[in-house]
Amino acid sequence: MSVFNQSRKNVIRLIFVSAFAVILLQLTNLQIFSSKYRRLAQENAILRKVVYPSRGIIFDRKGKAILDNTTMYDLMVTPSQVKGVDTASLCRILEIDTAEFHERIISAIIKNTRNRPSVFSALLPTDKYAKINENLYKFQPGFFLQERPVRLYPYAAAANILGYLGEVDTNFLKKHTNEGYQMGDYAGMTGLERSYEKVLMGERGIQYILKDNLNRPKGPYENGLFDTAAIAGKHLYTAIDVELQELGEKLMQNKVGSIVAIDPKTGGIITMVSSPTYNPNLLTGSERRKHFNELFRDPAYPLLNRAVNASYSPGSTFKTLQALIGLHEKVITTDFRVACSGAFYGCGGGKPMRCLDVGTFDLRGAITISDNTYFATVMQRVMNNPKYPSQDSALAVWVRYMNAFGLGHRLGVDIPTERKGNIPTPAYFDKVYGKGRWNYCNFRSVSIGQGEVDVTPIQVANEMAYIANKGWYKIPHLVDSIEGGDKFDLLAPYKNPITPTDIPDSIFEAVHDGMEGVIERGTGIGAKVEGITICGKTGTVENYYRGVKQPNHSFFCGFAPRDNPRIAIMCVVENSGRFGGTFAAPICGLMIEKYLKDSIAGDARKARVEQLASLNLIPPRITNELRKRDSIEQVKASDFNTTKDTLGLEEDPDIKTEKKRSLPVNNDSNSIPGKIKTDAILPDNKMKIKKDTINI
Amino acid sequence: MNENRQGISKGIDTTVMWLYFALVAIGWVAIFSVEYRSGDNALQKIMSFNTNYAKQLFFIGLSIVIGIFVLLTDSKFFTTTANLAYAFGIVALLLVFPFHSHIKGTNSIIKIGVFNFQPAEICKLFVALALAKYLSRLETNFNKTNSHLIAFALTLTPSILAIFQNETGLALVYFSFFIVMYREGLPAWYLVLGFSLIILVVATLLVDKYVLAIILTAVAVFIIYLLYTRFRRYRSFTLMVMLIWGAAVAIQLFAVPYIFESGKILKGYQVKRIYAAIGKDYVPKNAEQLKEIQEKEKGKKKDEGDYNVKQSKIAIGSGGVLGKGFLKGLQTQGDFVPEQHTDFIFTAWAESFGFWGSVLLLGLYLFLILRIVNIAERQRSAFSRVYAYSVASIIFFHVMVNICMTVGLAPVIGIPLPLLSYGGASLLTFTVLIFVLLRLDADRQMVLR
Repeated sequence: MSVFNQSRKNVIRLIFVSAFAVILLQLTNLQIFSSKYRRLAQENAILRKVVYPSRGIIFDRKGKAILDNTTMYDLMVTPSQVKGVDTASLCRILEIDTAEFHERIISAIIKNTRNRPSVFSALLPTDKYAKINENLYKFQPGFFLQERPVRLYPYAAAANILGYLGEVDTNFLKKHTNEGYQMGDYAGMTGLERSYEKVLMGERGIQYILKDNLNRPKGPYENGLFDTAAIAGKHLYTAIDVELQELGEKLMQNKVGSIVAIDPKTGGIITMVSSPTYNPNLLTGSERRKHFNELFRDPAYPLLNRAVNASYSPGSTFKTLQALIGLHEKVITTDFRVACSGAFYGCGGGKPMRCLDVGTFDLRGAITISDNTYFATVMQRVMNNPKYPSQDSALAVWVRYMNAFGLGHRLGVDIPTERKGNIPTPAYFDKVYGKGRWNYCNFRSVSIGQGEVDVTPIQVANEMAYIANKGWYKIPHLVDSIEGGDKFDLLAPYKNPITPTDIPDSIFEAVHDGMEGVIERGTGIGAKVEGITICGKTGTVENYYRGVKQPNHSFFCGFAPRDNPRIAIMCVVENSGRFGGTFAAPICGLMIEKYLKDSIAGDARKARVEQLASLNLIPPRITNELRKRDSIEQVKASDFNTTKDTLGLEEDPDIKTEKKRSLPVNNDSNSIPGKIKTDAILPDNKMKIKKDTINI
Repeated sequence: MNENRQGISKGIDTTVMWLYFALVAIGWVAIFSVEYRSGDNALQKIMSFNTNYAKQLFFIGLSIVIGIFVLLTDSKFFTTTANLAYAFGIVALLLVFPFHSHIKGTNSIIKIGVFNFQPAEICKLFVALALAKYLSRLETNFNKTNSHLIAFALTLTPSILAIFQNETGLALVYFSFFIVMYREGLPAWYLVLGFSLIILVVATLLVDKYVLAIILTAVAVFIIYLLYTRFRRYRSFTLMVMLIWGAAVAIQLFAVPYIFESGKILKGYQVKRIYAAIGKDYVPKNAEQLKEIQEKEKGKKKDEGDYNVKQSKIAIGSGGVLGKGFLKGLQTQGDFVPEQHTDFIFTAWAESFGFWGSVLLLGLYLFLILRIVNIAERQRSAFSRVYAYSVASIIFFHVMVNICMTVGLAPVIGIPLPLLSYGGASLLTFTVLIFVLLRLDADRQMVLR
């Protein structure tokens, strides 16, 4: 019947064959030409896991680890396996309620799905860790403990130098593309952790792990053939003497300010105290965020490294440099004498700068008793030097000297965010007074380190190293060497001495004489240490905050021993009132003794340490701010002790103006309206606060 | 050929036999690779009978036993009981409605003791027999529209019943009988009409409906212009062109949107899958479908159909030219492809053995189908021929739709790959289909009705 349709068998065959041809075409497309599916398959099935190496350890100059690693534990949860776990006892150990428990489980599911483990409780404190570890069988298989390397500061010292780690943000990632960072990583945020991040972080390894459709890991891919091993971070060997650092932090407790000590021969920073400081271990554990907030909001800015990030007028410590310039410019000789009848009248009678010790002094004597009139005259002579056509060019020469001494520019210390300080230039005065409309008398207070001059503690310490070395210095730095060599050339700038001027030794000798006199019979007698020849200079720095006069800063700088200098040191106690010799000098004396003699000898000296350590010199401005904050927050009353210091001090002759005398030491009634800021940058908020101008 | 052999193997087509075993073996290997993980003790797992590959091994054994029974049966049995079998199939399909059990998303299964019985699956066999019986009747004149309609009713009744059981895939299979009817004399324009409709629908989904209307109008005008200027044809032709144009525009402007978007005929997820197959995303405009899709997607991250196809394409594509090797397919080992041991079994094979493996498998299928066509053509009896064509068409349709689905050329329709996919019902149905054919073929010297 259907014989007629015989030919249709071929049509049917054709349909069959062509349909298969279509499938074949698509298969060719999928399996041969399209690489997209192979890539997607990789993404599907292979998890690229970054393996973090342990960070490098930081050692002090005697080989003690001051920044180490330790292991803490995260409690991990796999939400799909939580059923049947003894929830109540877990909640009891972690001190959370069941609502919190459920919330955490839900957020874990949201973050990593219910089949993949996520962190339930990060960085368990030791007691909780011990309890959970003991009872772990009750919580398995849903919960397990996972190791996590954490930074440990064995001495709880040098917080501001060492810095802390923080989670990287998008900004950081943008700046460090192709360096292997990813969201959620930790990187050094301040201090050495930041400036040596490249060295400390080591090299990350990569592990390829097979996973299934629910993202559960199923073992290594190709038995780890393509994995790269992590390489541990390199250790840093620093110049820090951690015992001296601890002593410095002890001496500076309840004070605001800093101590910087440098080895003048190497430029290595032996100690860098910034006070108030904090226990760096607070910023590692599970409470990091809470502690960080507290520190960040503290009006005394403990997170600020004042040694490099605060700047002050140098006060009388500046006079040593003025002496060097005067002698080298040959406008004075060491025998040049100036009589002080009570004030400097070189600029007429208007507003004379007072001097305390009435009499006639040569250079050495002028340094020793810190005579204002003498150095006002020296700088006047420098400015009126007939060698230079105008005061403009004379000031430019003076600025060049100051820059050579390491002032007015960043030194290049190996911790981030260093301040420049300020040395006033002709251009600056042109801007303030108009071109050619100024002369020395407009800024004569600069001659004694007040007014427009601004220096950081590290700059002052470095300038002492320069004087101690008689004409050269190495850029101050913390790290001496890096394990396995300096592969990134980070230490190169610190190797070679900088000899910026050709000032002869004889000039330095004269200045050294004067500075030795400061300790032996002058303003810095408080720094005296039996058996050590110390050269030093005190400074009592007037300062204003928003136009309101504040208690003086107490400054001291110096080096020792004179013949073979091994330590150049500076100390500033902010707004302590009194004089440079009162607080800063004895602190430096104890530091020098400890460093050079390895210990503090005698009960009297030890008692002195305790006495200075127990002194509370927190400036009233900050105390008030603290009080205000505490009362606002309804926190129990601040236990800051604002009693007056109990040091029985003789009248200190190191004073430049009579105004200061009327100033109360602890001005509790001091009330400054508005929000109070310091003249510094906080490393975290990047908020630059301009200091109100200081003038006499 | 093998005329000399004795017993049941006498006259059996060995080529089809070997192809059958080859495909079953490939199927088992693929199912094994889906479930086996390195370290498993395969033998123990087979003994303890709790894995799919162990169960499939049992189904294979069972199939062979039943196959032997089929070969032992007198071929007259099939011709005589064809109508009875069909009636039984329809009754079984109807019985599903009150007695179906609730097994994962389908209501086409009746549970009898330990056996899950799916009438819609086995009914293919009965329809093939019944259609062969009807077309081979001496009284049937397949040139008459009347007989066309009877044949349509015969094949499409189970199809409609299957649609009501939510088994769209199984329902579609019955359309493969049109190939058989075409061979038996169904005028070609039925098929042309069918294809044109499909193309028109797809075009409607792909192109904006007004643009398409303009294109259609332009084509119609052009043809009429040609008819008048070049060929000088009669008016009746023009009228026909006008009618076709009218119907086409009516379908694409009104009928298709109604079917797809009203929510009264197709469900939202079905429309979504059809759209996914042509590479588009479907966002329902009517509230009913929207709500239904949202409800379906509740608790699911991705649209299931879409996700399946994507994972399936990834697994196949990642096989590359040579494949990753047996048991080394990462997508298979990681359980990325859902339903991989049943509807998506092809992906396991294609990932492990790559392009050449896929070509081999497709070659085996094509060889089998063409071989069955050859067998059909050598039959003396119309019954055997029609039946053989039915078997070829059913296998062809299954392979076509299944593989097109896995490579992303067809929407996701639940339809197994013959002889490969895991599942006793499917394997047994195809075994019986093929073995009945072998039995009929062995007796081709007898004239059967």
